[in-house]
Amino acid sequence: MHLGKLFLNASLNFDWGDKMEQLIQQFVNGVSLGSIYALIALGYTMVYGIIKLINFAHGDIYMIGAYIGFALTTFLHVGFFPALIISMLLCALLGVLIEKVAYKPVRNSTRIAALITAISVSLFLEYGMMYFVKAETRTFPELLPNKQISILNTNAVLDIKNLYIIFVTISLMLILQYIIYKTKVGKSMRAVSLDRDAAQLMGIDMNKTISYTFAIGSALAGAAGVLVGTYYNSINPLMGVVPGLKAFVAAVIGGIGIIPGAVLGGFFLGMTETMVSAFGGSLYKDAVAFAVLILVLLAKPNGLLGRNIKEKV
Amino acid sequence: MKLFNKKNILSFLAVLIIYAIAGFFINTGFIDSYIFLNIVLIGINIILAVSLNLITGFTGQFSLGHAAFMSIGAYTAGILTAKLDQPFWIGIAGAALFASFAGIIIGIPTLRLKGDYLAIATLGFAEIVKIIGLNTEYIGGATGLNDIPRYTTWTWLYFCVVATVLFISNFVKSYKGRACIAIGEDEIAAEAMGVNTTYYKVLAFTLGAFFAGIAGALYANYFYFLKPDSFGFMKSIDILVIVVFGGMGSIKGSIAGAILLSVISLFLQGIPELRMVVYSLILFLIMVYRPQGIMGKSDFKFFKKRGVVNVYHQSK
Repeated sequence: MHLGKLFLNASLNFDWGDKMEQLIQQFVNGVSLGSIYALIALGYTMVYGIIKLINFAHGDIYMIGAYIGFALTTFLHVGFFPALIISMLLCALLGVLIEKVAYKPVRNSTRIAALITAISVSLFLEYGMMYFVKAETRTFPELLPNKQISILNTNAVLDIKNLYIIFVTISLMLILQYIIYKTKVGKSMRAVSLDRDAAQLMGIDMNKTISYTFAIGSALAGAAGVLVGTYYNSINPLMGVVPGLKAFVAAVIGGIGIIPGAVLGGFFLGMTETMVSAFGGSLYKDAVAFAVLILVLLAKPNGLLGRNIKEKV
Repeated sequence: MKLFNKKNILSFLAVLIIYAIAGFFINTGFIDSYIFLNIVLIGINIILAVSLNLITGFTGQFSLGHAAFMSIGAYTAGILTAKLDQPFWIGIAGAALFASFAGIIIGIPTLRLKGDYLAIATLGFAEIVKIIGLNTEYIGGATGLNDIPRYTTWTWLYFCVVATVLFISNFVKSYKGRACIAIGEDEIAAEAMGVNTTYYKVLAFTLGAFFAGIAGALYANYFYFLKPDSFGFMKSIDILVIVVFGGMGSIKGSIAGAILLSVISLFLQGIPELRMVVYSLILFLIMVYRPQGIMGKSDFKFFKKRGVVNVYHQSK
């Protein structure tokens, strides 16, 4: 897994002498990884909030976003920001298409049937992609200046790419916050996630709201794909599986369906994983992520920011 | 009900006749080793699907970690037969016991959760089991456990499958099984009727794990070789797909689903590059056009009098 590169660097360079510098370095790495998780987790949490479906294909939209970015920058020599935006738009379209074709017919069937449909879409995207672009890992071109800044005159370095990741993530989150709380679309999304039937009775177009949700969530995943591609420089058709699962874990940790929860969960998970790898447990970092999930769920079954809803008969 | 009624005697004879005919074909070489390999896979999938059906179909607990119990069983049997030179029956018994023990350990904390949360917690446990397997040197770590003796024969396979199906189909008709079905129908109502929900959920989980462990033992002692990666997330999904495809809460459906899906994937071997793409499309079409599974609504019975209603399927 290429996300592992970061952890490997971290664990190899560890020296107890400059603990502080390492801590800062790991903090930077943890924030970058956390931003990626948070971006993917946002899509999961939004879709879950609206139609109560674990959209397993979400991780694969992130993979396709990375491939679109790769195609744009390698073959059409587009710059970083245009590639990011085009990839987001195409992923948004793909997300809407997937919802219309695959999820709409199973909207009223059982949860388990919808879940298996999501898994079938995920397999279709993964192996369909593998058929077209072949299974080998591709190398992303260098898009961003490869410059490193030392932090506070210590040996800890801040890669300029980290700054880009954090900057893009935070701006996207601000835009999302604006859409959700200040626009009509956002209002209808919040209404549908609160009570689907009541929202429909108030004249909210259900199909349109669901489409917008998928578009926004998929666009965020596409952005995460391009960011990961430029940061780690390598992409492959199965790259979405593990980060997709982790991002879902992040969404659940924060409280699924709750947007700030996804961001919190993403950063929390990214930070935990980076710290675990830095302190010598890189082999167990995935296990720690899931262990944290189970512990959080046992202590707070609705996630860190989730409210406890009493079940009525 | 008498033990020796017409239905039971007929079923017993049918079981023996199928065993004898297939055994004859295998011994005379009419069924070659390639077909037999697929029969072994079908048998293992039947055990896995029927045992997961007890957890997910009947008791309604959404588990995405069934492959973990299979891997625990497989590794236990592998260690017992390959490293400790024990006979196969000890391997199977040890596999079943260890897997059901893991079922209790995992079940008690996670079964407090419901629905998707339970699914994701069991998925997490399965991943943790896999990662521990990948990092344990004694069982070969990521390279896997080799040189397991091949003990799984037609007799072992067939009678393990029959025992699993017999046990679980009788269990769901028993007092305890009805409690499990009640939980699956409506947990709050079941609790209000005085069903100890935690106890029965853990019981169903443990029994499911027990049989998954047996399936793991059969797998380990047929394929010589075990790798933690083969028991990942996708394996759990495969088992779940069989259960849903066959029909939740239908044992005959699980059997039919296991056979049909194995045959489908057998035919798809011919197009290796597009195998998974076609498989995903088939999965999608089944979920759209028949989300209740092939035997979801009516669990038809071969030797049952007409007019007798199957109570627990009516309300689904």
